[in-house]
Formats: sequence, C-alpha cells, structure tokens
Amino acid sequence: MLSFRRKAVNVIMLSLTGVCTLLAVGTLLFVLGYLFIHGGTSLTMNFFTKLPTPVGEAGGGMANALLGSAKLLLLASSIGIPIGFLGGVYLAEFGGSSFSFVVRYTTDLLNGVPSIVIGIFAYTLIVLPQGHFSTLSGGLALGVMMIPIAIRSSEDFLRAVPVSLREGAMALGASKAKTIFTVVIPAAKAGLITGIMLNVARVAGETAPLIFTAFGNRYWSPGWEQPTAALPVMIYTYAISPYPDWKQQAWSAGFVLLMLVLTINIFARMILSKRGHVAR
Amino acid sequence: MSTAAPTAFEARPSGRASAFWQRLRSGDDIAYVITLTCALTILAVTALLIFELFRNSALPREKFGWSFLTGTTWDPVVGQYGALPFIYGTVVTSALALLMGIPLGVGAAIFLAELAPTKISNGLTFLIELLAAVPSVIFGLLGIFVLVPALVTLEPAIRAVLGWTPLFSGPFYGVSMFSAGVVLTIMIIPFIISISREVILAVPTEQREGALALGATKWETTWNVVLPFAKKGIMGSIFLALARSLGETMAVTMVIGNEPKIHSSLFAPGYSIAAVIANNFAEASDALEKGALIELGLVLFGLTIIINGFARVLVLSTTRKGAK
Repeated sequence: MLSFRRKAVNVIMLSLTGVCTLLAVGTLLFVLGYLFIHGGTSLTMNFFTKLPTPVGEAGGGMANALLGSAKLLLLASSIGIPIGFLGGVYLAEFGGSSFSFVVRYTTDLLNGVPSIVIGIFAYTLIVLPQGHFSTLSGGLALGVMMIPIAIRSSEDFLRAVPVSLREGAMALGASKAKTIFTVVIPAAKAGLITGIMLNVARVAGETAPLIFTAFGNRYWSPGWEQPTAALPVMIYTYAISPYPDWKQQAWSAGFVLLMLVLTINIFARMILSKRGHVAR
Repeated sequence: MSTAAPTAFEARPSGRASAFWQRLRSGDDIAYVITLTCALTILAVTALLIFELFRNSALPREKFGWSFLTGTTWDPVVGQYGALPFIYGTVVTSALALLMGIPLGVGAAIFLAELAPTKISNGLTFLIELLAAVPSVIFGLLGIFVLVPALVTLEPAIRAVLGWTPLFSGPFYGVSMFSAGVVLTIMIIPFIISISREVILAVPTEQREGALALGATKWETTWNVVLPFAKKGIMGSIFLALARSLGETMAVTMVIGNEPKIHSSLFAPGYSIAAVIANNFAEASDALEKGALIELGLVLFGLTIIINGFARVLVLSTTRKGAK
C-alpha cells in the first residue's frame, strides 16, 4: 500500500515540474507580448526609411542601422560560412583520425568563447592597426563567431546522409570528391541551408562584439572602412539613453530585431522537422 | 580506381568559376586539401585569438603580475587596475543564475521528458528553444524597463522572506547583482531544459519499468532512478549554461548597476568582467587601461574554456553510454 505521504510527494513534485515548464514557456510569451505592445504598436514607416534625428526632434528612423546590420551580416557570412562549411565537409567526409577530434574539440571551445572576447580579437586584428572603427572589423567579429556553428551544423547534416547514397555513387565510378559534391551535399541541401539561416539569425542579434568594432554611426556609412550603425547596438544605446523618445525607438527596434530572429528560427525549424531531423 | 572521364555531369556553363568547381568535383586531392585548409583555419583562428589576447595584455601583466587578479581597486585615474570586483560580480551573478535556473530547468526537463505526451512535449520544447534564440540585448531591454521596476515593487516581499540574511540587506535601487542574476536565469533556462530533456529521454525504459515494478511512485522512479542515470548529462548542461552566463554581456551590463565594488548584499550594484569591457573598451584612451581590459578578456576566456571543457567531457560520456 502506498502511504499518504508518498502519494502526496508524488503529486506535488510532479505538478511542480509542470509549473517550471509553464514558467519557462510563459516567459517567452511574455517577451513576445510585451515587445509587441510596446514596440510593434509604435512602429511606423519612418523607422525603416529615415535616419536617426537629433535628440528632441521627432520622426527619426533607423534606416542606416538596418543597412549597417545587413552589410555586417553579409560580410560575416562570406567569412564564416565558406570556412565553416568546407571545414564541416572535411570532418564529415575526410576526417576520422585524432586530428578530427582536435578540430572538433577546438570548434566547441571557440563556440563557447564569449562574444565580447571575439570583439576584442577583431579589435586587436583590425581596429588597432588601422586606428579607426569600421564595418570590416565588425563583420570579421561576427564572421569568426559563425565559423564554429557552421562547422558543426554542416558536419551533422552531412553525416545524416545515408552511407548507401555514397556507396551508390562510388559504385558507379564517381571519385570521392565527385560523390561529395554531386551526391552528398545536394542530398543534405535543405539541412545545410537551414543551418546557415539559424547561424545568421544567431549573430544578427549580437551586440557585444560590435560595440568597439563597428562602433555606431548617426549617418549612412558608405564602403567598409567607416564606423557603422547596427540594429542591436542601436537598441542598446537608445535603451540606456535618458531620452523618452529614444527609449520608445529602442522598443520599436527591439520588436523588429526579435521578429526577424524568430521568423528565421521558426521557418528553419519547420523545414527541419518536416524532414525528420531534430534542430540543434 | 577512379577515372576522370568527362561525362554529361560536367557539361556545365563555362567560365572560371565553373571550371574551378569542375576541378573540385573530379579531384579528390584538391577537395581534400581545400577542406583540410578550412578545418585548419579554425585551429589557426583559435591560436591567433589566444596569442592576440596574450600579446595585447602584456603591459598590465608585467606591471601587476598575479596581483591583477586579487587587486580590488579599479581606477584609471591613478592607473591602478585590480580585477577582483569584476571576477566577484561575474561569479556571484552566475552562481545566482544557477541556483534559480537548475531547479527550474531540470524540473521543466523532467516534465517534458517524463510526463508530457510526445506531441505537447515537442511543441513546448520548440517554444523553449525559441526563447534561447532571443538576442541578449532584448533581455537587457526588458530587464531595465520591466524587470527592474517589478523587482522594486516586489522588494518588500523579498525582504520579508529573506531579509534576515546579510545577502538581502542594504538599500535597493533596482539595478543590482540580484536583478542581473534573475535575467541570467531566464537566459540559461532554455539550455538546461533542452539538453537535460534529451539526456533524460535517452535513459533506457527498462530502468523506469524496474523501479515501477518494485512499487515506486512515478516521482520516486524519476528522482531515484532516472535522474541518477542522467546525472552526468544534466551536469554537462549546467556547465554549458554556466559558461554562457559567465560570458553574457549585454543583458548583465544593462541591469547590474556598474559599480566596481565588492558588496556582500545581492541587492547592491556590482560589475561583471564582460560588462566593464563593454562599457569602457571603446573609450579607454591610455594603453595600460586598454591592456587591463584585454587582460580581463583573457581571464574571461580562461574561465569559459575550463568550464566548457568540463561540460563537453560530461555530455560526451553520457550520450555515449546512454544513446549508443
């Protein structure tokens, strides 16, 4: 017979785990709802088309920060994705030795390095020798952050391709390289693309490594050599500013950033779950 | 073995780019060398990162030596740099986050893995993983405008319950190590939940059946059989969460109060390593201050590397045992 105490403990503890889950899920819903109410409702077209106005003047936007973020992400992707993707191809298709273990371990370590430390790295590499903040250095910082995620996600998705496909191609006389690039990669295409999308979404919200590399700019930033505004950094500067007008803009910017990041995430995870892979 | 006979496959539009791809497609060696180079790049980047941090922090390392880690004064005006207040703030806020995050996270993981039907569990896990994707600056934004005012209203209640400890004494202005701990808790929970859930799901069903057959309740089975079995993996998820909270910058910077002093009360403002770098690095003018901030970066790097290393070993050893 079960004692009353054991039954009570069972019921109470199991309900507490449910409460924990509700709290976690509730937090996300709260974040979404609050940003929608405070940011979404005050969002206007000006936000997307106008430059920031001086303090006290209403009606400014963050067009330069949107373009700045896009440029930073473009640069970061062109650094991080090719290196990460081909490195992943190595690990999945050519590796297998203790060298692969070293590469994998280093990848995990680099993935765990705080983003602000990566910012210092980009600073010492580019800003310090050049003597000024630039889009280039910000892009490099984000690019370095993308490499480890790109390596691990491409390795995982390439490994998920059945060995029989490789054997089939090899049996038809294809070389190993040909098998990889015409059979294995196309088979893993959907996964690889969603991996890249999730990677871009992750660095799109990064603020810390940009503060002293891309720095910020109240105007347009032509080319790659000048400091540039970026959406996450704008949210930070506007949020800690003393002006109510700017704080309101920070909410709008936060809403836009969150929607961007979550849309990419939901979209990518839906593609993945349809194909039966578990998102990482 | 492999013949490089041209086939219809390779009849692609001409041009330098496609010629390159053709060589890559037919040449095992070229593909090997290129992908190997990319794999080597990650080793090179990591080595260069450590080298740069080391080289650029030479000035304060020579001047202060190991006392940099134990010094309590951070004063750019007189050129005195001690990292202890920042190390203290970082460790205290992360410990606080773990203290609140572990029960919440593991509890939710138990619910999702053991109780909830698969469909609901997958749906909720999806939502929780979205929470992990929310950029940290958004948490900072909500931190200053929602959490801090909320904590100010809740303060009397917290004080009534925990006010007898020295940890909750002194004036409370909203921004504090406690607020930073709460924000960090929210940020690390998704990591603990999603990894712990998978580790718990990997526990063999026979283990549960055995305990249930002996008359244990569902909770007793979970607590005495499933959790001990999944212990290492859960520990791994906790270490990963810890590494993340140590390096978390924006959200902490916005709510911790930014005061480089060591206070015993959690209600007092503090400062973290990442926050001081974020606040002062761009403006730091003299080489010594810049060097000291870079050395702080090195300290942070060292801390997270050690903790991540632990986490990987723990997660690796359980998933090998549990899943394969």
